[in-house]
Amino acid sequence: MSDTTLLSPPLLSIEGLTVALPRGADRPHALEDVSLRLAPNEILCVVGESGSGKSLTAGAVMGLLPEGVRATAGRILFEGRDLLALSPAEMRKLRGARIGMVFQEPMTALNPLRSIGSQIAEMFRVHTRLSGAEIDRRVLALLGDVRIPDPAAAGRAFPHELSGGQRQRAMIAMALALEPRLLICDELTTALDVTTQAQILRLIRDMQRRTGTAVLFITHDFGVVADIADRVAVMRRGLLVEQGPADEVLNRPQHPYTRALVAAVPPLAPPAPQPVSAEAVLEIDHVSKTYRKGGWLKRNRRVTHAVKDVSLSLPRGATLGIVGESGSGKSTLARCIVRLLDPDGGEIRLEGKDRLALSREELRQAAPQVQMVFQDPFASLNPRRRVGELVAQGPIIHGTPKAEAMARARELFGLVGLDPAALDRFPHEFSGGQRQRIGLARALAMRPRVLVADEPVSALDVSVQAQVLKLLARLRAQLGLSIVFITHDLRVAAQLCDHVAVMREGEVVESGPVAEVFARPAHDYTRALMAAIPGQGWTPPVAFGSEEPA
Amino acid sequence: MQILLLALRRLAASLPTLLLILVGLFLLLQLAPGDTVDALIAQMGGGDPAMAEQLRTFYGLDAPVVVQLGRYLLRLVTLDLGFSAIYGKPVAEVILERLPVTLLLMASALSFAFAAGMALGVVAARRVNRWPDTLISTLGLVFYATPSFWFGMMGIVVFAVRLSWLPAGGFEEIGSGNAGLTRVLDIAWHLVLPVATLALTYLATYLRIMRASMLEVLTLDFVRTARAKGLGETAVVLRHVLRNALLPGVTLMGLQAGTMLGGSVVVESVFALPGLGRLAYESVVQRDVNTLLGIVFVSALLVIAINFIVDMLYAKLDPRIVSGR
Repeated sequence: MSDTTLLSPPLLSIEGLTVALPRGADRPHALEDVSLRLAPNEILCVVGESGSGKSLTAGAVMGLLPEGVRATAGRILFEGRDLLALSPAEMRKLRGARIGMVFQEPMTALNPLRSIGSQIAEMFRVHTRLSGAEIDRRVLALLGDVRIPDPAAAGRAFPHELSGGQRQRAMIAMALALEPRLLICDELTTALDVTTQAQILRLIRDMQRRTGTAVLFITHDFGVVADIADRVAVMRRGLLVEQGPADEVLNRPQHPYTRALVAAVPPLAPPAPQPVSAEAVLEIDHVSKTYRKGGWLKRNRRVTHAVKDVSLSLPRGATLGIVGESGSGKSTLARCIVRLLDPDGGEIRLEGKDRLALSREELRQAAPQVQMVFQDPFASLNPRRRVGELVAQGPIIHGTPKAEAMARARELFGLVGLDPAALDRFPHEFSGGQRQRIGLARALAMRPRVLVADEPVSALDVSVQAQVLKLLARLRAQLGLSIVFITHDLRVAAQLCDHVAVMREGEVVESGPVAEVFARPAHDYTRALMAAIPGQGWTPPVAFGSEEPA
Repeated sequence: MQILLLALRRLAASLPTLLLILVGLFLLLQLAPGDTVDALIAQMGGGDPAMAEQLRTFYGLDAPVVVQLGRYLLRLVTLDLGFSAIYGKPVAEVILERLPVTLLLMASALSFAFAAGMALGVVAARRVNRWPDTLISTLGLVFYATPSFWFGMMGIVVFAVRLSWLPAGGFEEIGSGNAGLTRVLDIAWHLVLPVATLALTYLATYLRIMRASMLEVLTLDFVRTARAKGLGETAVVLRHVLRNALLPGVTLMGLQAGTMLGGSVVVESVFALPGLGRLAYESVVQRDVNTLLGIVFVSALLVIAINFIVDMLYAKLDPRIVSGR
């Protein structure tokens, strides 16, 4: 395909685009001398980590740059016209009609107070003079095209009444309403579950083939790139580092940064299994947890079985992965293990002792035994306290003298790969990956028998994610940690876990050694999950974690 | 259907509130030394204990507090608010005479404050940190910081005394025999100053709330979506931002209904309006307990009714409320 697209004239051509940031930003230019070409009927993936300028590139094309940010040099030619030279009114005529855009967060990207149908109809109201009846007919047809179940009802529904995937379908229907020549997708599937992501990607591909729309697809996920890209552009800190046909960039990456990004993608094949102890340190025995939603009347009462009769065991020194999509109950289970939540029934035995039978006071005494690392590195550290205090706080509460606890914190900082001199800084002075290391140090300061990590790498950039995964693997070997690792990412689970349990709607549908589950998934749902992993046909050409960005 | 259920639920929830207010007020008055008989005897200039006992039996004041409370609540159920000794007629009648004035004053002030506050807030948010915003915000601060009685008096001095544009007080021209539209216009003319006085403080609050919530909503993702659709800035604000930004203001409106009732006491006194607020003030001065209780009952009903309306409005504005999410 790349040969034909090179010959046809480009639909969009960005030439030497430089975008300046307001004074006082961390760098003078958000984008520097970026040149991209997109031919009709082509999908160009722009890949990069946070701060790479990939979303600003899209903003510049749409003429929707944030306040104070503006293009200072270069041209953006769309159908032969320079978008940077257009007046706001002319630009408005293009937006939506000729250039459509879909955003990452389908919940917040739709107005919560207006029905889906009216928000799609607005596209026609703004750009066309069609009659009301005709608009209604087209909206219905569009909702059918994006394969929303019951399009008529979906049109009347408000955004909160649809699922995440349905909302994203509605967004796509809206963006494609006027059959734009160019569709920009900004992290389209990042907020979605893996099975929904697979469906949405298929939908985008189908629609693109049918209409011949060119797609500028912004993502950080190489799996997604491997699935849909015709060509790939890699960005880093406002610079375009590599650009070429998908096959070239994915399988023969040239630039060291591209190689490092590719090396950060966990391969799907689990590594050779390590010997696992026969003795279980943690046993989860028929644990259930239900949430009730009140209401005086019986029919208003809602009961959610978040965790349903789950039994699992974690061998000493091993890592048990709990994988599942949102709402599968994996986080609730994690909270039950730490006893942040009290399950309704069952036993959770740590070294043979039932933690659920402990009284409040006993539980406080036993708190160090099970420690947790949280998902959001920004929200899980108190912004008003120094990180050294945060790490030493637990041991001090449990009776360690302050000097000793601080010395231990310093030692732990070294262990998790942070500068021990940084102990008296505040959390906001650290990057996301560094904060997650602080979270780890805080958990390890209590010398836990079991570490419960709830999506610890999901909020991190892919290269940082690889580093934290490596750190976890090293700590496990070094300290003999037993880890319960909650994740939605099967690639991550494959690399880190010895055992894996797949959860759906509160139940464990399948569990076993990771190599076995990945090679021979027994349950239909596990098979569906496996089939939905993006980029299955692609094996990263650079060994996992072998190269890191400079 | 769902909205009807919500309405019923809210109504049911407001009944205990009303009961709580009434019982609390009744018990509070029991704690105060002396009762109606003491007040009556004091007015008569003294009397012997035997007569006092007789009177107490007559008024049912010798019964235990719980029984008295029961009788009082039973009377309220039949909307019997008792008899006012000062005005010489049933309390219900006294209150009904005064209620329309207060209702009109409050409704006008609330609508004016809400509408003008919202409009100014939108303008300020659209021109944030430029001169219109600075001007509006400063004005808001002045309105907020100045006590309303001072506004009232200054209004009288400037517009009524110096310029003679507006009347200094009263509800309408007495004895003019106006009827129909002329009467309506006359009342409106009389109400300009009181309404402005009562509204200005609230206007400043709405202005600030609206400005802040507009600025917040403008940063949300769906506003970016609206712009990506090709909508102009005015259309973005009108069709997407405004309704979302209204929600905090609407909440505040319900909360402020009670405060406004209190504020009308001052304004009605300053402008000599025959309203509920002034009646309350007079009954406190004249120790007219029955009337006072009646006013509290009616005020509580009023506040509950306004909050109910606000709840319904909110449910209408935000579909997420009805579905209980």
